[in-house]
Amino acid sequence: MNYWPLIGIAVVVAGFALKRNPVLVVVAAGVASALAAGMSIGDLLALLGNSFVSNRALLLFVLTLPVIGLLERYGLREHAQAWITSFRNLSLARLLIAYLGARQVLSMFGLIDLAGHAQTVRPLVAPMSEAAAEHGGARPLPDAERARVRALAAATDNIGRFFGEDVFLAFGAVLLIQGFYERNGIHMEPLAIALWALPTAICAFVIHAIRICWFQRTLERAHVPTTEAGDVAA
Amino acid sequence: MLRLEAIYWLIGALLAVVAWFNLRERRWAVAAFWAVLACPFGFGEWIQHATAAGTHWPAQMMGLGVIALGLLAASGTLHPDAASIDERRDSARRLGNRLFVPALAIPLATLALVLGARFLVWNGAPLLDKAQPTLVALGLACVIALLVARRTTRAPATQALSEGRRLLDTLGSAALLPMVLATLGSVFAATGVGDAVASLVGAVIPVDNRYACLAAFALGMVLFTTIMGNAFAAFPVMMAGIGLPLLVLKHGAAPAVLGSLGMLTGYCGTLLTPMAANFNIVPAVLLELPDEYAVIRAQLPTAFALLTVNLLLMAWLIFR
Repeated sequence: MNYWPLIGIAVVVAGFALKRNPVLVVVAAGVASALAAGMSIGDLLALLGNSFVSNRALLLFVLTLPVIGLLERYGLREHAQAWITSFRNLSLARLLIAYLGARQVLSMFGLIDLAGHAQTVRPLVAPMSEAAAEHGGARPLPDAERARVRALAAATDNIGRFFGEDVFLAFGAVLLIQGFYERNGIHMEPLAIALWALPTAICAFVIHAIRICWFQRTLERAHVPTTEAGDVAA
Repeated sequence: MLRLEAIYWLIGALLAVVAWFNLRERRWAVAAFWAVLACPFGFGEWIQHATAAGTHWPAQMMGLGVIALGLLAASGTLHPDAASIDERRDSARRLGNRLFVPALAIPLATLALVLGARFLVWNGAPLLDKAQPTLVALGLACVIALLVARRTTRAPATQALSEGRRLLDTLGSAALLPMVLATLGSVFAATGVGDAVASLVGAVIPVDNRYACLAAFALGMVLFTTIMGNAFAAFPVMMAGIGLPLLVLKHGAAPAVLGSLGMLTGYCGTLLTPMAANFNIVPAVLLELPDEYAVIRAQLPTAFALLTVNLLLMAWLIFR
């Protein structure tokens, strides 16, 4: 057994720990592993090039950027904030929990790229969450808390996506699992694998929904004492 | 038939335009970065065909390109918004809810195209590539949304390009990270990193205790996903090392449950790691958060709670 290719993992861990440019770290790790495995320079370059080309679907989100950029130039984010303000009763928790549920259900039907950080979170969910947390501008948030609200919106998108997509039959993960067993002589239907993702999907929804409510409570509490202190001072 | 390749060419063209904008402003390194990145989209299929035919130099050139991208990778450059906040507010008031239409057109048109794919037939052939209908539909939906957006805003075509360029330059190399990470996963698989790890883990755990094996498998999935940023890359490694030989064959674990819950345990690791850049770092940059780990921080408690739930579910369901 040749253990030297493990040096690639060491390069990744060290590079990220030292906060080097991530793209450079990753490329260096690949080169290190390949050289340690005794690959020739020609094979190494071909392996890098072919792997890079076959993974290019991951950059598809780039096509949404001209639309999103144009709409932002014409005030999409400003309007989304104004629009959410008109729903005075929609709290931050209700908004994000509804989004979480919708994201999970859509992913379960294979509509994984319908939403996402570039498609929906930046233009819609994040500004809406901010506006809801501010009760429509009635209670402006300090910058640090505004950033936490945005981060929670992005986290909600990730969790909804991850713990919905594995229930979908034709999704890569299910096919990867099925393919692995198939190559090792264990035959099973994709449906048998996908259904076992349901318990975790339900738990993910419940746990994250509770956390969203919790977050809203701490946000409100952080505000109440300052107003009271202000009142006392006045 | 509209193939996924056509959508890739569109991405290549967009990246080439971004490179051209930067070239005109004499930002050489940034221009070169986007120009090289346009190559896998413009020439991807040709490179794959050449490799299949036994000609390796195009793939090798692309490999050199990947290394060049690593060296060129600049951190994002912020362009000031073209319009002031007041201009944007005025336009928001003027256009109102019509601004939502193109934004929602991306998901809705994707949905309509995917659901209607079987009715979209041109000369007896399906209009959308059957192998990747969702991805083709998404690409097409972006074009439709752009046309709708131009109608709504009455903006000149060049403005959409320069606004897209503004967002891409802001993302910088963060936009590229998912692709190079997936590339690294393939390189690790091809160089035997997985086998080496599996043999190390097997030497450490008490293999006669089924719960020890299960814990090693689950925590190995989390650890490896955290390191590589991708549960897909971790899965074959841990299954080949622990899952199949020890859990399924030795202790009689149910393979369907093990596969499904094992993968989801890896996903808990994805929530924790900056290596899963497209999910954890790109949004932090997109949302202009001061702390690039803010999204991971927001995910930590959910990830650990779910990991615990998953471990309990596995211990309960796998050995029945």
